[in-house]
Amino acid sequence: MLTNPLTKNIGQDNVAADINRYMDNDGYRGWRKAHSMAPDDIIELVKDGGLRGRGGAGFNTGLKWSFVPRGEDSPKQKYVICNADEMEPGAFKDRLLMERDPHLLIEGMAITAYAIGASQAYIFIRGEYHLAASRLEQAIVEAKQQKMLGTNIFDSSFSLDIYVHRSAGNYICGEETALLNALEGKRAIPRAKPPFPQVSGLWGKPTVVNNVETLCNIPHLVNLGVEWYKNLGLGEDAGSKIFGVSGKVKNPGAWELPMGTPIREIIEKHAGGMKDGLQLKGLLPGGGSTDFLSTDHLDLPMDYDVIGKAGSRMGTGTITVLDDKTCPVGLVLNLTQFFARESCGWCTPCRDGLPWAVKILERIESGNGSTEDLELLKEQCERIAPGHTFCALAPGAAEPIQSALVLFEQDFINHVTMGACPYHSISTTTPLTKHP
Amino acid sequence: MSSLLEPELIEVMEHSNSDSEDNQAALSAQEKEEIDQEATHYQQRFPVGLEALRIVQKHRGWISDETIQAISDYLDIPVAELESVATYFQLIFRQPVGKEVIYLCKSSSCWIMGCDHLQKTISDRLMIKPGETSEDGIFTLLETPCLGDCDKAPVLMLGEEMHRNLDENSINALIDKKKKYYADKSSD
Repeated sequence: MLTNPLTKNIGQDNVAADINRYMDNDGYRGWRKAHSMAPDDIIELVKDGGLRGRGGAGFNTGLKWSFVPRGEDSPKQKYVICNADEMEPGAFKDRLLMERDPHLLIEGMAITAYAIGASQAYIFIRGEYHLAASRLEQAIVEAKQQKMLGTNIFDSSFSLDIYVHRSAGNYICGEETALLNALEGKRAIPRAKPPFPQVSGLWGKPTVVNNVETLCNIPHLVNLGVEWYKNLGLGEDAGSKIFGVSGKVKNPGAWELPMGTPIREIIEKHAGGMKDGLQLKGLLPGGGSTDFLSTDHLDLPMDYDVIGKAGSRMGTGTITVLDDKTCPVGLVLNLTQFFARESCGWCTPCRDGLPWAVKILERIESGNGSTEDLELLKEQCERIAPGHTFCALAPGAAEPIQSALVLFEQDFINHVTMGACPYHSISTTTPLTKHP
Repeated sequence: MSSLLEPELIEVMEHSNSDSEDNQAALSAQEKEEIDQEATHYQQRFPVGLEALRIVQKHRGWISDETIQAISDYLDIPVAELESVATYFQLIFRQPVGKEVIYLCKSSSCWIMGCDHLQKTISDRLMIKPGETSEDGIFTLLETPCLGDCDKAPVLMLGEEMHRNLDENSINALIDKKKKYYADKSSD
């Protein structure tokens, strides 16, 4: 039984599987099979498979697709967009998939486009991913030559073109409505929802935006079926997932593992545990905008709802570990500086609130904070909570702050009472810099 | 130490770039061809604007007011619209930058693995802070959002090339290599 559908073509060498190798290894079989099915049946299959969005939100992918208007009177032009704007601090899974097996993503996009009836698709890739973008462009050329893309695919009336759109920086572009504005050639500012992109997205047309890893799940799910896919997961959630660990572990990296793999197994077995002389103090389970978990949570399985109930989010599934010699206040300050700088400036609580939080954290980290500052920081998290802004950037920024204030409360207090950072880390109070 | 905001430096940069086609208003045939190619990907004009900015910057190093005007004329997109996009995106430069842009990842995993120390190494060596260009006009140092290579932290991107698992020695070696390249080039 195939247990590593996402990485089976990925070897040790940093090369991408070309289309011949990809097809020799069952590549584009899912696309052929999907093309022989009714689009509605594909949507049902993906829904039943229980594939949840791997970008971080964990929404059922088939259900997301099902909101696209279908039938004779629906808009003729629809779009599929691959969100390849991986920029979450601590996330490094989509780069791997795009650089090393670009055809898997192309195949997933072809099936998605066919299921919702889109004849155009874009890969919205961050401008810094030069290698991934050029490998994807090469893969698209190859797929066209093999008539997997282009006009009248498999001698049918279905045609599809996929284009690579290289973006030019800015974390907010990963938010799907900001992404749509960016792709339309505007400033990447989030839109109000509803209407949701599935109804009114790119240029007002029905649009599905899916993450790279989500789309890479589609080909094998269609080819090998719902039962196989569900059995890949160990617990509640179906399928496999790229999990990763960064920070001061012995063997940082990314591995395809069953959904529901316990955190402890990922950190201790796959990442080799902490470096000698260091203890695990806490972890961000899925990127910089997820709440910290403590060592009490190590036996939790990495399933969306389990991690959600523990007070955090599985997010991207790439874990950042915090060791006992690294200052938690410094790390939270670093994350908050990131979110403050990446705020698009559209909503006041985010534009003004995050730099304010940075200032408070700078005071505490440099030893100039007071106990009132700790209270102020808590209040600040409430002011940028969900519902106060158009998108989830500011609420996401609040997650590591609010959880750190609880889990590492003593560290915050020590900074205030000692009037210095007990960890003696290098100054982290680099001012926000403007791009040229 | 020279800030990008100092007009003297901008003058220096403009002068040093004048032997290439920088700041010449009209788009070159090559630039137009590349823009036309990207334009086939869209049914609308507007999205081609960012692509054009990216393409022209690749050839000229940065986007001057004259360049914006030239793209505006070519694509029939209002200057204000292009300007709003050009000033929004981090990878579009509205001021001159060095020949080599160092994108230093400052996000969480790289921070844990010591990117502040790397920044100090670079800043001390080149006498520039993030956002500034070295006096010889070779290097610009920029802080960048997570580069998505966190298991190999700390990392930076030099131009389009990733450099991973960095320490003080490898950073210095990298700077030496680039300095030598430009020294050899100018003595040719």
